[in-house]
Amino acid sequence: MNRFLLALFLLMASFGPSFAVNPDEVLADPALEARARALSAELRCMVCQNQSIDDSNAELAKDLRVLVRERLVNGDSDAAVIDYVVSRYGEFVLLKPRLETKTMILWGMPILLLLAGAATLLVASVKRSRQSRGTPLSDDEKEKLKKLLQP
Amino acid sequence: MIIELGHYALVLALATAFVQAALPIMGARLNDRALMELASSAALACFLLVAFSFAVLTFAYVTSDFSVRNVWENSHSLKPLIYKISGVWGNHEGSMLLWLLILVFFSALVATFGRNLPETLKANVLAVQAWIAVAFTLFILLTSNPFARLIPAPGEGKDLNPILQDIGLAIHPPLLYLGYVGFSVCFSFAIAALIEGRIDAAWARWVRPWTLAAWTFLTAGISMGSYWAYYELGWGGWWFWDPVENASFMPWLAGTALLHSALVMEKREALKIWTVLLAIMTFSLSLLGTFLVRSGVLTSVHAFATDPTRGVFILAILVFFIGGAFSLFAFRASRLKSGGIFAPISREGALVFNNLILTTATATVLTGTLYPLVLEALTGDKISVGPPFFNMTFGLLMLPLLFAVPFGPLLAWKRGDLAGVSQRLFAAVAVGLFFGCIYYYVMNGGPILALFGIALGVYVIVGALTDLALRSGLGKVAGNVAWRRFSGLPRSAFGTALAHIGLGVTLIGIVAVTAFETETVVEMKPGMTVDAGGYTLRFDGMRNGSGPNYSEESGHFTIMSGGVVVTDIWSSKRLYQARRMPTTEAGIRTFGLSQLYVSLGDQISEGGIVVRIWWKPMILCIWGGTLFMMAGGFVSLSDRRLRVGAPTRAKRPKTIPVGAAE
Repeated sequence: MNRFLLALFLLMASFGPSFAVNPDEVLADPALEARARALSAELRCMVCQNQSIDDSNAELAKDLRVLVRERLVNGDSDAAVIDYVVSRYGEFVLLKPRLETKTMILWGMPILLLLAGAATLLVASVKRSRQSRGTPLSDDEKEKLKKLLQP
Repeated sequence: MIIELGHYALVLALATAFVQAALPIMGARLNDRALMELASSAALACFLLVAFSFAVLTFAYVTSDFSVRNVWENSHSLKPLIYKISGVWGNHEGSMLLWLLILVFFSALVATFGRNLPETLKANVLAVQAWIAVAFTLFILLTSNPFARLIPAPGEGKDLNPILQDIGLAIHPPLLYLGYVGFSVCFSFAIAALIEGRIDAAWARWVRPWTLAAWTFLTAGISMGSYWAYYELGWGGWWFWDPVENASFMPWLAGTALLHSALVMEKREALKIWTVLLAIMTFSLSLLGTFLVRSGVLTSVHAFATDPTRGVFILAILVFFIGGAFSLFAFRASRLKSGGIFAPISREGALVFNNLILTTATATVLTGTLYPLVLEALTGDKISVGPPFFNMTFGLLMLPLLFAVPFGPLLAWKRGDLAGVSQRLFAAVAVGLFFGCIYYYVMNGGPILALFGIALGVYVIVGALTDLALRSGLGKVAGNVAWRRFSGLPRSAFGTALAHIGLGVTLIGIVAVTAFETETVVEMKPGMTVDAGGYTLRFDGMRNGSGPNYSEESGHFTIMSGGVVVTDIWSSKRLYQARRMPTTEAGIRTFGLSQLYVSLGDQISEGGIVVRIWWKPMILCIWGGTLFMMAGGFVSLSDRRLRVGAPTRAKRPKTIPVGAAE
């Protein structure tokens, strides 16, 4: 319960007018800073509602931003930084979940639906074109037709 | 006393809705005209009662009657009048009452303008509308009563959340609800068609104006909400893929698909079952959105569990309507036979492609929004699905659709000529690439994808114009003949072109902002300058001020170009007294289609303050495009076919059992 209250408090605090990235956090190397910003946009602020640490001004988000920058300065690759953050905070921190068994449906949904839709359409169009062409007369029917046509 | 009258009116509205829900449908079964005609008067009565009830609540807000709990919780006597009025729907109870008001408003519209509808269809449609009204009136009366009293009455209210004290709140929710709830009419038409077991092109003609109207309002509501978030939240973002945003975006996507499939049904009698299904899905998504936003399930699964009454009630409504509608569909859809054969390469084919992509996109947004909730409920695993996921999947899905947009109107019905159309669109592709390269050059490079993004946007715009040009015979016939043909084109052709142009314009805005936006975060002291977007900003200092119910600190910035002062910006931080809650009022200046956006942060040292400055190139295109879309919607609504088409048909037998027509 206390943790929940803390989270609530931080959430409230995050409505404040201060910003996400503050000038004292910014790295001197613009290339490294750009990477840090890109990474921050992919990481969730744990105590906020649907905000990345890049957008949030909660204390925890700031700590995480500083952590990301520290790792980058130490020469970590982007993937290594993400792995490190995940190992510390869990998958919840990723705004773009990894492709795993439990996210199979999430990632597969668009492809699955497109394929299913396309398949349904294909079947329907084949069926329809067959219907519109009609079936040829059977021998019986040909016989009947002949009889009818003969005076 | 007046408050109790308002409450009583709502109870009467419930009774009226019960009558409207039961009797007309019996009338339609028994072919009893008196019972069927009851629907219209009941719908009007219900609307008047709910409108009265809403007026009473508004009265309570305007007069700051703090003996009403809802007013005490969300208003303040010092609040400006406009926010007292908009505060009526700035809270749960009031916004549900607005929802209901708009629902019965649409029923009343159907009752008034539906004179040409076949009697049984009208009776059934109004009855289904009343079922929805019954459900939501019950919800308000049982779980979210806005008329509850407080004894003794407090002297002062707790004030409205300052973020909501904005002109945005006055406009955004009513527009959004007009869209959201407007789709209820399409839903009711679909259910009525399933109950009757017959459906034809005339049905599509009656459904289309309602779809168009709802879609246009929803477009306006979403766009307005996006701009509001952009200037009010002070982060400079305009779309966050927030679940609440997704909740309104999903009905929009499905509604867009519905708009297109209804077109096929009206013109070619094809896609009947699909159109009915889409109408059901679109309103189901509106209901789902209401559930997501109103139940608190989004804040956290736990918040939902602590006070589940409201959530469970809406969930029950959701299950009843969506489940009921889909079961009815499963039982009766086979009776609706589809006609109209078409080749895959045809205008119908293009519209089917549109539907395939839009439905998949809707499902993707839906999965992304609900997946974390469902996964946590099932396995306890917590994951997040945020903007990076949506941008990637949604973006990839939209690409082929955007490329196909200009093809649709150019392809012929039944069987189209893909090679011919591609040839005709060659100019559009060339113009698009040309502008893409020019923009790229002007911006001194940038991500190469941006070049193609801009090119795609321009191509969509020029493609829409190409359709108008070809239809008026521009270049093939003399100028004045072409002009006469052009002015003689049906309004719906202009509607289509405008909406598609809007799509292109929005895309250009999105690409330009995403790729070329610049952001500067610095601590500034008076006299310091910062460059952004070719302008120089000089910070002049801070000033304290106050408004009716807040105090503020404002920073003044002079904007210069080439050493010459162009204009200035005030950017503020406010503190609202009643809630002790701070907000940012970003300073925004518009230059052509681009904007400078200045937001203030914390004061770190004496005299210095953290300032965030964005240059947002072409950002106004994002919302400008939606204005085009809305204009397209309204122009299309004024089309002769939709105004007078139905009455001329009304003389002839209106609905032929589909089986017989085959």
